[in-house]
Amino acid sequence: MTVPVRFYQVGSFAVGNRLVPGAERTVQSDPSRTNSLTCGHRACQGCGEALGARYALDAAMRATAGRMVAVNATGCLEVFSTPYPESSWQIAWLHSLFGNAPAVATGVAAALRVKGRHDVRVVGQAGDGGTVDIGFGCLSGMFERNDDVLFICYDNQAYMNTGVQRSGATPPAARTATTETVGPEPGNPFGQGKNMPALAMAHEIPYVATATVADLHDLEAKVERAMTFHGARYLHILVPCPLGWGAAPCDTVRIARLATQTGLFPLLEAEHGEVVRVTKIRRLAPVADYLRLQGRFAHLFDGTGEPARPDIVAALQELADRTIRRYGLVDDGGRP
Amino acid sequence: MLRQIEGSRAVAEVVASCRPEVVCAYPISPQTHIIEALGSLVKAGDLSPCEFINVESEFAAMSVAIGASAAGARAFTATSSQGLLFMMEAVYNAGGLGLPIVMTLANRAIGAPINIWNDHSDAMAVRDAGWVQLFAETNQEAADLHIQAFRLAEELSLPVMVCMDGFILTHASERVDLPTQEQVDAYLPPFQPRQRLDPDEPVSIGAMVGPEAFEEVRFIAHTRQQQALVRIGDLAEEFAEAFGRDSGGLVHQYRSADAETVVVALGSVLGTIKDVVDSSRDRGMRIGVVGVTSFRPFPIDALRAALQHARRVVVVEKAFSVGFGGVLSTDVAMSLTGLPIPVATVVAGLGGRPITKASLQTLFETADRGELERLTFLDLNRGLVDRELQRIAQSRTSGPSAENILRDLGTVASGIG
Amino acid sequence: MRIHGRGGQGVVTAAELLAVAAFEEGRFAQAFPSFGSERTGAPVVSYCRLDERQIRTREPVVAPDALIVLDPTLVHQVDLFSGLSPEGFVLVNTTRTFDALGLGSLLDRFREDRLVTVPASEMAQRHTGRPVPNAVLLGGFAAVTAEVSLSAVVTAVRDRFGSEPSVAEGNVAAAAAAYAYVRQQMRGVPGEAMLSAPPD
Repeated sequence: MTVPVRFYQVGSFAVGNRLVPGAERTVQSDPSRTNSLTCGHRACQGCGEALGARYALDAAMRATAGRMVAVNATGCLEVFSTPYPESSWQIAWLHSLFGNAPAVATGVAAALRVKGRHDVRVVGQAGDGGTVDIGFGCLSGMFERNDDVLFICYDNQAYMNTGVQRSGATPPAARTATTETVGPEPGNPFGQGKNMPALAMAHEIPYVATATVADLHDLEAKVERAMTFHGARYLHILVPCPLGWGAAPCDTVRIARLATQTGLFPLLEAEHGEVVRVTKIRRLAPVADYLRLQGRFAHLFDGTGEPARPDIVAALQELADRTIRRYGLVDDGGRP
Repeated sequence: MLRQIEGSRAVAEVVASCRPEVVCAYPISPQTHIIEALGSLVKAGDLSPCEFINVESEFAAMSVAIGASAAGARAFTATSSQGLLFMMEAVYNAGGLGLPIVMTLANRAIGAPINIWNDHSDAMAVRDAGWVQLFAETNQEAADLHIQAFRLAEELSLPVMVCMDGFILTHASERVDLPTQEQVDAYLPPFQPRQRLDPDEPVSIGAMVGPEAFEEVRFIAHTRQQQALVRIGDLAEEFAEAFGRDSGGLVHQYRSADAETVVVALGSVLGTIKDVVDSSRDRGMRIGVVGVTSFRPFPIDALRAALQHARRVVVVEKAFSVGFGGVLSTDVAMSLTGLPIPVATVVAGLGGRPITKASLQTLFETADRGELERLTFLDLNRGLVDRELQRIAQSRTSGPSAENILRDLGTVASGIG
Repeated sequence: MRIHGRGGQGVVTAAELLAVAAFEEGRFAQAFPSFGSERTGAPVVSYCRLDERQIRTREPVVAPDALIVLDPTLVHQVDLFSGLSPEGFVLVNTTRTFDALGLGSLLDRFREDRLVTVPASEMAQRHTGRPVPNAVLLGGFAAVTAEVSLSAVVTAVRDRFGSEPSVAEGNVAAAAAAYAYVRQQMRGVPGEAMLSAPPD
């Protein structure tokens, strides 16, 4: 019996690329990749979104043989990628407003269809604010009509562009500028927030997937898989923000990986509302390992790294455990 | 071909003959019949190739049009009032990006209080968004203006809205000469976008522009509107030659050349005014009317030329600047700068209140006697107002004014006690 | 003219059909509704103007030359006769007489030979299976005013309901029946007598 061998190396995928057949190498390892978001943009050091966008769009460009148009909502990505008078986009790219990227993408797709350009695909993209909050109405409409758009959400869990304010994607207990760590319930309240991938699944669109910038192969594979479908598709990518999360810029990939390994962020694929694949947690980690790396959760710990608010840490652990149970992220014998 | 047809239906059929490629709209009274008719035409295959998209809000409607237009398709949508406000961010976005979207604005009052009937407050709310705003006097003109609108928009790369009075025109059945497909094709060539999203020649559209260049980018929009001032007249002339009737243009005059009193107005009320002008002339009054067809760009020179010989100007308008006065009349006054011609503002027809010949008659006679005040609210029921003002003065908790007034009118059942 | 009725009776369509009928005969026509929020049962008014030249004014019809009343229960609820010319025509959809409706005084203020009643709902029911009286009353209108011909009304009805031939023909038959009914009334045959006459 053959078992696929998976190589992991913290911090890089060099081993993974050298030892896999050429066809299975990542798009990023290909010198002839598009570089859709090329260098020269003004993102912060360690920006997860810049990474995620480059990964996702280069994969989409390869999957579509370069026949793709991108629609971008207002946000960090749009702002740091087009500092007047420059643009770091090497693809056809349109920015309209904050809340309408899904609708604009619908319009682009309609135009391409009516012009008979069935080979050209459309990607809409936004941060979490532009997806789950202000863009939600338009996104739901696009899903409901099953418009032929792949919508990508780069989720850094707050309105980063405007100074780290809370969004509908901000996790409980996280510090943001509008959910400060004061009062009896410091940080973002529990019991709020939207599970956007679940909401996307509820629309029963052809394909929904989650990914992070920690697993490049996985992210690229999901983008390519998404492009094999027509109709509305949704990709939710967790992209740590060093500035907003209060994390070291060199920890972006590490934090993203911990998000999946704690169970807080499930890696899954769904088709027409049914989960068809999950990525099991390889090495289960307690949420505290993830939280300790981020300044937005610093109020939960004391100076020695021990929980100062064990109740909140436990509540977050419960959330992670519930996600693990819900999606079957750990095989029997692991933690429930 | 001559038809006895509802205004909305006429507009839908003419828009269809303009070969739009993407039609998207969210329903709102009184625009619904336009979009329903277009939807049916697309679904039945009579309008093809065309994508008809049922969107989830007006904001989405304009956004879909933006995406479609940026990708090189001829895009059309329609809305009114609250819907226009809901899409306002996108309206400005389309104006700023220079996308040649055409939109029908079925003029309707903006709430609160909620009101589905006609006035011009909606058009006035977006007059500085960089869109061309053309006002139709009749359903014939409404239909014709759409053909000119697509041509103008695509030539200059700026969006155009055709304003037609909600219910009064949209839901009125009257005689309209609908052009043939051949006639429209001869006048309106296929859309050749100035900017286009194309993977073969990728560009970034919608970049942020800082203080270094914002003024210049906005100035380009300004010059486009100034070009429109010229082209609107040219295209109307060309239209007259091709279709055999006058529609569009900047302004048009009726018996105003030798008039002492000149009335100025937008839209369908011009018809009623013309009837009163005729009867007033019959009784010896030297009165005429100038209809403004192009509200934006505002035809400041053409208006000055048409009004400069008048003794007084009376602007009858269906909107007002709260606490201040008129909107159209303020622009009209601008065109008469330096001339000793008083401009009187008459706010009329708000929220669909009929503008009657009888009221206009009295109004014009007052103006003719030189007794018209700077600002008049036509047919205002002062008693209703005063009673509510009294209630407000007497009690801190007087309640919602609209309901109080309606109760006074007997329209709403009395509350308890 | 002014047309009064309740939502669902085809008040708006009536005005439009009349306009189309006049158009068929080469005249200018303007038809438009006075809207409340659209719901069945609420009072609705529509207007129609006919002229030999283009109609410019947009105000509601305040001084009608003719009134068509699709629902007589409006009589004591709305000021139906406001502005009606002394030479005006009145057509009411009812099986009763003007007297029985409490409108006997009308017969003094206006010209008796221009006030007619038509059991339009009943005729519509008989010919189309639905008590929608609008097209029917237009047949009566043609008879009493001669502003439009019956054949023009028929053309307008067929044009409007072209996609449903049975509905169209039913309305055409009912309109013709109303036309004949009114012509008879004008010749002095009382309304009640017509009701017992065999249906057309």
